[in-house]
Amino acid sequence: MPPWLDDFLWTYQNLVHALGINGLLALSMYVVLAVGQLSLGQAAFMGLGAYSSALMTLKLKLPFLLVLPLSAVVPVAFALAIGVPTLRLSGVYLAIATIGLGEVLRAVYLNVDLFGGALGLSGIPERGEAWMIYGLLALAVLALWLVGRSGIGRAMEAMREDETAAQVMGVPVGRYKMGALLASAVLAGLAGCLSAHVSSFIGPNEYGFEPAVTILSYVLLGGIGTPLAPVLGAWVLTLLPELLRGFSDIRLVLNGVIIVLAVLFLPGGLLGMRMKRRAA
Amino acid sequence: MTPLLELQGLTRRYSGLVAVDAVDMQVMPGGVHAVIGPNGAGKTTLFNLISGLVPPSAGAIALAGQDVTRLAPDRRAALGLGRTFQNIRIFSGMTVLENALTGLHARLGAGLLPTVLRLPRFKAEERGAVVRARAALDLVGLAAKADWRAGALSYGDQRRLEIARAMAPEPRLLLLDEPAAGMNPAETEGLATLVRSLRGSTTVLLVEHDMGFVMDISDRVTVLNFGKLIFEGMPAQVRAEPAVIEAYLGHKVAARLAAGAKAGVRGAG
Repeated sequence: MPPWLDDFLWTYQNLVHALGINGLLALSMYVVLAVGQLSLGQAAFMGLGAYSSALMTLKLKLPFLLVLPLSAVVPVAFALAIGVPTLRLSGVYLAIATIGLGEVLRAVYLNVDLFGGALGLSGIPERGEAWMIYGLLALAVLALWLVGRSGIGRAMEAMREDETAAQVMGVPVGRYKMGALLASAVLAGLAGCLSAHVSSFIGPNEYGFEPAVTILSYVLLGGIGTPLAPVLGAWVLTLLPELLRGFSDIRLVLNGVIIVLAVLFLPGGLLGMRMKRRAA
Repeated sequence: MTPLLELQGLTRRYSGLVAVDAVDMQVMPGGVHAVIGPNGAGKTTLFNLISGLVPPSAGAIALAGQDVTRLAPDRRAALGLGRTFQNIRIFSGMTVLENALTGLHARLGAGLLPTVLRLPRFKAEERGAVVRARAALDLVGLAAKADWRAGALSYGDQRRLEIARAMAPEPRLLLLDEPAAGMNPAETEGLATLVRSLRGSTTVLLVEHDMGFVMDISDRVTVLNFGKLIFEGMPAQVRAEPAVIEAYLGHKVAARLAAGAKAGVRGAG
C-alpha cells in the first residue's frame, strides 16, 4: 500500500468504516420497504447485534470470526417475536411495534448492569476490518440484486404496489414479509457487531429512535428501485456532514433541507430507476 | 359429477348487517355461471369469501371437493382459483409481461437458494413462465404490448390485462368481478367474445350488472338479493321469474307486469 493511501485511510478510517456500516443499515431498511412494509426497528436490531457481540467478545472471549455470524442470532430472535403478531396486521402496526422495541431495549441497556448502564460497554477490541465491512456490503448488494431480478423480486414489487392483489395471484405475502424482516435483522445485527468492533465503545443512546429515523432517511434519499440506491443514499448522508464541516453552525439545517428537497423533487430517490428484468 | 365450487350455508355478517346470508350454491365445471342482483345484494362479498379475502362468519367453501374455508388467498390461488377485481388492480408500475408473470407466482417452486445461485432449475422455470405468460397475453390480444408499462394501457386493455394475469396459471375456476364495468358497448362486445373463448380452458363465475352481457354469455344465473339466494336457473328462466323482477323493480311493478299480458322483462340492469 502506498504511504499516502495508508495515511489517508488512517486519517479517515472512522469515515471509511461508517460508510460501509451505514450502507449495510440502509440495506436492512431497504429489504423491508421492498415488500411494502415500514419497520423502524433497524437501529434496535443493530443494538442487539452490537451488545450481544460485544458481550461474546468481552465475557466469553470468543474469536471474532465466530462472533460475527453469531451476532445475527439475537436480532433474528427478536424479529421473529415481533413479526409473528404484527405482520398479520396491515398498516402502521409494525412501525409502532418496532419503535416500541427500540425504546424498551434502550431502557434495558440503561438499567441492567450486564450492559454497562448509561456508560455502555467500552474496551471492545477493535477486531473489525474494513475488508469485512465492504465484503459483506458487496455480498448483500449482490444477493439482493439477484433476488430482485428473479420471480421473487417481481412478487416483492407486486406486494409493494398492491398487497391484496399480489396475494390473490398466489404470492405468499405472509412468508415474504417475515422473510424480509428476518433479512433486515440479520443485516442490521451484522452492522451492529462490526460497528461495535471498530469503535471499541457502545452506548444505549446509539440505538434509539433518532438513528432509526436516520436509517430511514438513507433509503428515502436513495430510493428503493435497486439495492444500490439505498447504499448511495447512505453514503451521501454520511459524507454530507463531513463536507459541510465548514458550515458547522447550520450543518443540521442544511442536512434537513437536502432531505426535504430530495423528497419533494426526487420522489423515487436519487437512483429512481427500477430493476430491469430480462424477458427471456 | 363433483361440483367445481360448492358453498354450504355461507354467511358473512358485518355488525348488524348480513351481507351474505346462508348461501348454498354449486358451480359445475365448464361453462359460464353468472351471479346477479341489485346493488348491495352481497355479490362482491360473496367473491371476497370465495377468494379468501374475507373470512366467513359461518358455512363452508369447497374447491373441487377440497375444503378451502380456512385457507389464505395465496393457497387458494395455488389450488387453481383466479380472480379479477371490480376496481382494476393491476401492478401499474410493472410491465404488462411482468403482471402476467406475477399471476404465475404460485406455479414457481424454485426456492431462495436456487434463485440466488441461478441454478438450472430456476432458469428453466423462469423460461417456462415467460412462455405461459406470453400465451395468456396472446389470449386477450395484448401480446404486442408485453413491454409496455401496465399503467400506460387504456382502460379496456387494463381490464384485459387483469384477465390475462388471472388466466396465466390456467386456473380451474376464474372469478370475474364486474368485468364490463365502465366499458362502452364495443368494448363490452369484445369482452363477451373473450369470455366465450375462455370456455374451453376454464370455468367462469362472474358478477355483472350489464344484463345484456349476462344473458348473452351465461349458461346459468344465480340471483342474490339482500344476501340471500332467491333464484337460480337458465338465463331465460331468470328473465321470467317474478321474484327476480320484484327484486329489481319492486313488488308494484312486478304485480303490474304479472297482470299484463306478457311478463317479458329485459335489460333490468
